[in-house]
Amino acid sequence: MTVTAQAPAPEDTRVSLTFAKALNTALADEMAADSAVVMFGEDVGPLGGVFRITDGLTARFGEERCFDTPLAESGIMGMAVGMAMNGIRPVVEMQFDAFAYPAFEQVVSHVAKMSNRTRGKVKLPLVIRIPYAGGIGGVEHHCDSSESYYAHTPGLTVLAPATVADAYTMLREAIRFPDPVVFLEPKKLYWTKEDVDLAALRAPFEDSTPAADPAIGKAAVAREGTDATLIAYGPSVSTALSAAEAAAAEGRSLEVIDIRSIVPFDDETVCASVRKTGRAVVISEAPGFASVASEIVARIQERCFHSLAAPVLRVTGFDIPYPAPKLEHFFLPGVDRILDAVDELQWEDK
Amino acid sequence: MTIPTGNTRAGSAQGTRPEDNEDRTATMLPSAEPVQLIDADGTHRHSEKYPLPDGDALKAAFEGLVSGRRINDQANALVRQGRLAVYPSSHGQEACQIAAAAVLADGDWLFPTYRDTVAVVHRGVDPLQVLTLLKGDWHAGYDPYEHNVAPQATPLATQLLHAVGVAHAAKLRGENTVVMAMCGDGATSEGDFHEALNFAAVFHVPVVFFVQNNEYAISVPLKNQSVAPSLAHKAIGYGMPGERVDGNDAAALLAVLGAAVERAREGGGPALVEAHTYRMQAHTNADDATRYRSEEDVAQWVPRDPLARLRTYLTGLGVLDDAAEEEMAASAETIASRIRDGLNTDTVPEPMDLFNFVYDSRTPQLAEQAALLQDELSRAQD
Repeated sequence: MTVTAQAPAPEDTRVSLTFAKALNTALADEMAADSAVVMFGEDVGPLGGVFRITDGLTARFGEERCFDTPLAESGIMGMAVGMAMNGIRPVVEMQFDAFAYPAFEQVVSHVAKMSNRTRGKVKLPLVIRIPYAGGIGGVEHHCDSSESYYAHTPGLTVLAPATVADAYTMLREAIRFPDPVVFLEPKKLYWTKEDVDLAALRAPFEDSTPAADPAIGKAAVAREGTDATLIAYGPSVSTALSAAEAAAAEGRSLEVIDIRSIVPFDDETVCASVRKTGRAVVISEAPGFASVASEIVARIQERCFHSLAAPVLRVTGFDIPYPAPKLEHFFLPGVDRILDAVDELQWEDK
Repeated sequence: MTIPTGNTRAGSAQGTRPEDNEDRTATMLPSAEPVQLIDADGTHRHSEKYPLPDGDALKAAFEGLVSGRRINDQANALVRQGRLAVYPSSHGQEACQIAAAAVLADGDWLFPTYRDTVAVVHRGVDPLQVLTLLKGDWHAGYDPYEHNVAPQATPLATQLLHAVGVAHAAKLRGENTVVMAMCGDGATSEGDFHEALNFAAVFHVPVVFFVQNNEYAISVPLKNQSVAPSLAHKAIGYGMPGERVDGNDAAALLAVLGAAVERAREGGGPALVEAHTYRMQAHTNADDATRYRSEEDVAQWVPRDPLARLRTYLTGLGVLDDAAEEEMAASAETIASRIRDGLNTDTVPEPMDLFNFVYDSRTPQLAEQAALLQDELSRAQD
């Protein structure tokens, strides 16, 4: 038997990071790791983006690696397609959710279809970063939840991180992904801070081998519970967690699933939770009609019908255009509306 | 791959805006009349700016025209026989098709539209693979990297931005690539046309935008698309030179497009070339051109045919005779018979391929759906 010396105490690498800084760090780390990664969009150069996600990248990597474009979203997207065809890994920023619509034809007809059209000969490893959703008191055209448009388009991978650690990890995974990724950044989370172990987050990206446990395609259990499952993604996860906290005070144990990866969708994690609890509420800011939330409900009832004690409910934005700032709190799924939905889950049958 | 930093051969990421705008203006406006080197009668017209390509280059172009015309005729026939779903013919525009491909070097890129089958074939792509799209077996039937030819674009002008991106990437990588981006007159109305020209100019990338103005976008005549003095005049609005050329004059096209390609390769940036030509046939076989233009209008363009004038010129020059032309016709017939034989052979596309290329690896959802189709297929076999 050999006696090993006690390992030295690991250096404390925990740092307090905002969601925005985590994204910025992920971009810088990935640009440092691969010189084919190029960042461009509107105001992403010297200004560092209107949300400062690209802060310092032009200074550090030069104006060929992080640059401003003319103000034209289809142009940005179409140029990214061509660059990806020719050896570059473009990351583009659409300044706001609703400003991405001029690029929609490029996204749907080319970004999403190029691999399939060419039988896999032309791959487009590009990332479309979109600051999205509401809760920041933004004026019109600045708060849309546009995920359903992208999720409905075969060929796109659609991600929505909800934690600081995931913001970092998922953006780096997205940049290394072989297919185009729509990367939805919940604006209201940009300024939230968490303590993260940056060295541990960086470790899986030290070499070029894919991460053993990638976040793409994998939902996370954000809080364990036994009585019902709240399913959310992006900006709604923190609301769901608050609701679960409030429910716990009332003696109800709610599990919270953070979807993270809208496409591909992790049926396994979602269904395992719902089969365990027998009850579920899906939460999303987007209007509920024909939405990602609707898709999740459909998938649960197709797969978990015999485990369900109650119909699966949705708490979503109303089917109206995103409201003016003074009215948005009536629109957004809040803790009370979520708890009201939980109350409707036929507990009397238990 | 690595991007060499500080690659400034063609300027930095963004173009520099020269001080002297007056001088630039003079060089950006197109000539008053389209550049013509061989007129409709087959006579050489002198140009101060563009020397006439030599006899060998013109003879090679003529051989291309003969093949191109034959491909168009053959494809039309195959539509009538039900072997092709549809064919947008470039009959009458073959000089544009041949020149667009002929002026490119091996490492350059071509971005064609659905009407540019002849250009794609002239670039070296197997005609059967090109016609896969119209035959209905798949979308893009060829590997774009084999000859640096992008998939034929259907959504108008969208491919022009991809051309800018390929050129921009080449510039970042320090490669000496020029990109030929093709579109029609109708496409100049699209927003992506504007964005592509503006991006190309601002980033100072080596793209030649080549507009085949064939007078019609399906049924809508040019006057309903634009009232600009010419489509080439749009170039100055983006800060790049524009040029007009007789689109049925292969010699002028070789000269003008060749000069634009060389200028781009030397770091001169993008250019816009408008070829004045005519779509001699309907938009596709599904279209009825008699509803929007008269036979007299079409008849006016018959004497301006690109083959006839070059034949006259080359015959007069003594480099083309009946024997040479028979050889060219035989070579064109070889291509036509390859197309005929290929399309008369029934092919059965693999149904499971529907799931193989959407993503690099199937999502769990696609795996489920593939299993469903596989199950249906195996039950159908029982």
